[in-house]
Amino acid sequence: MSIREPRWFGWALLALCCVPGLVAAYGVGSDLLLGTRHFGSNPIKAGEHFLGDWTLRFLVATLAVTPLRQLTGLHWLARHRRKLGLAAFAYLMLHWLVYALLDVQLDWGELLRDLAKRPYIMIGMTGLVLMIPLAVTSTQNMMRKLGRRWTTLHRLVYVIAFLGTMHFWMSVKKDVTEPAIYAAIFAVLGLYRLVQWRRRWLRARPAMAAGCGCGAPQACGRVVEP
Amino acid sequence: MSIKRPSDLPSSAITPESLYFDRRGFLAAAGALAISAALPGCASADDDPKATGTPFGLQKDDRPTPWADVTNYNNFYEFGLEKTDPAANSGAYKPTPWAVTVDGMVEKPARYQLEDFLKPSKLEDRIYRHRCVEAWSMVVPWRGIPLADVLKRAAPTGQAKYVMFTTVFAPDTMPGLRAPVLTWPYTEGLRLDEAMHPLVMLATGVYGRDLPNQNGAPLRLVVPWKYGFKGIKAINRITLTDKMPDTAWNLAAPDEYGFYANVNPEVDHPRWSQHKERRIGEFAKRPTLPFNGYAESVASLYAGMDLRKNF
Ligand code: HEM
Repeated sequence: MSIREPRWFGWALLALCCVPGLVAAYGVGSDLLLGTRHFGSNPIKAGEHFLGDWTLRFLVATLAVTPLRQLTGLHWLARHRRKLGLAAFAYLMLHWLVYALLDVQLDWGELLRDLAKRPYIMIGMTGLVLMIPLAVTSTQNMMRKLGRRWTTLHRLVYVIAFLGTMHFWMSVKKDVTEPAIYAAIFAVLGLYRLVQWRRRWLRARPAMAAGCGCGAPQACGRVVEP
Repeated sequence: MSIKRPSDLPSSAITPESLYFDRRGFLAAAGALAISAALPGCASADDDPKATGTPFGLQKDDRPTPWADVTNYNNFYEFGLEKTDPAANSGAYKPTPWAVTVDGMVEKPARYQLEDFLKPSKLEDRIYRHRCVEAWSMVVPWRGIPLADVLKRAAPTGQAKYVMFTTVFAPDTMPGLRAPVLTWPYTEGLRLDEAMHPLVMLATGVYGRDLPNQNGAPLRLVVPWKYGFKGIKAINRITLTDKMPDTAWNLAAPDEYGFYANVNPEVDHPRWSQHKERRIGEFAKRPTLPFNGYAESVASLYAGMDLRKNF
């Protein structure tokens, strides 16, 4: 399977990444300034939730690129992973800005108390702080400069996904169905990676792996007791 | 009809017919209403009914929250968890005909048709502040009767200490009941002296109209100094008891939702502050007032109690 990358794909994806942001800006802006109810009766809370939801969705999309590329053979998808990761970061910043500027309205005492007293805010903030180095090192240049360390550093995205899901889980009032769905998706994506790493690790130790005898050209992943 | 006075009821519980409330607050609120009436364009849609009624405990810049918000921003988990779910999902629900049972420790237990239940009392229009535990608030023109009327008629026995309310359990028309989000049916409760307070209403309407389904038709509780979840909706049973009743949110998360649930800016919800509130329709947050602005009338009910422990 080798569908070539359409020339417009990058631009289309970029446009798609911007859609939720434009919807939020238009909807919440119009609700606050013109008294419409696109985001319901409490547009600040609804906008805060909307942007938090899209942060998580873009994190899912970012982590899904590699499995998707491997399963479909569309290897050019890899070129677009950074875009999705940066979109997740952008929505996280917007989520935080709505929280700080519109929700808490820069009441510094309240912001600090929230951070100190509310575990779900602490956890969300940890996710945000961890995401900054990833955004900063997302350029081609940094990738080259950091080499293998870049890959290691960017594995933080799994920690961030975990923290983001925890944060969501702890923020809901009662029904945890939605955060549980995200937890399941991230678990599958994480497991896929773990299986892969294990295979790669076994391949790197051919003496142990090759002898399993199943006839696979490479290590099949089954453990052979020495 | 003679009204029995249970011997163990504190004298403050048997209240005079006249309601005591802050006269200055009343005048200021009346002024605010006059202003909002003078600005017909502000925040009112075409079909916005006019808010009428006696304001109670309103602050000087409190104005009735528009009908569209009062009827589309609701927590009524029997119809779903999103604020717009109750309006969207309550179409099949039938608030008529309706029967209400008053039972437990009363001398005159009875099951009434709603019309008979309401008939002896005069429907009143009152404008109250409404504070949700989620840190948003509204100003709502309710229509209803004092709960005390109903309780006096049922004549609580000397043992009765609490009033328990139960929401109808109608799984056919309440899709939210399929999910075990809360212990169904929803229950709430008040101490008997709280329940007898003249501010407490059983509401049958809002904005001069019958309650829409999403607001708790045909009968709901309104306790303006407590968080909104105490205002149980679609009530079909009122039970007098000597034990503090189990209440839905207290069962669900006892460390987050207490039995009393008095509005208190000094006692945070574990996950958010209660210092301030967002009035629906406004941008800047308002400070939250102790007992939601009704302290003068109700604080004495809790004299000597540690309100941090009894949150
Ligand atoms: C990795 C980072 C984060 C992710 C993935 C994330 C995601 C989310 C999600 C999905 C929700 C729930 C939306 C809904 O209910 O539909 C949420 C709620 C919320 N988040 Fe975040 N968030 C993150 C970081 C932060 C940070 C840094 C803050 C502020 C310091 C924050 C503040 C909030 C607040 C205040 C709520 C709403 C709670 C409520 O009132 O219901 N989040 N977030």
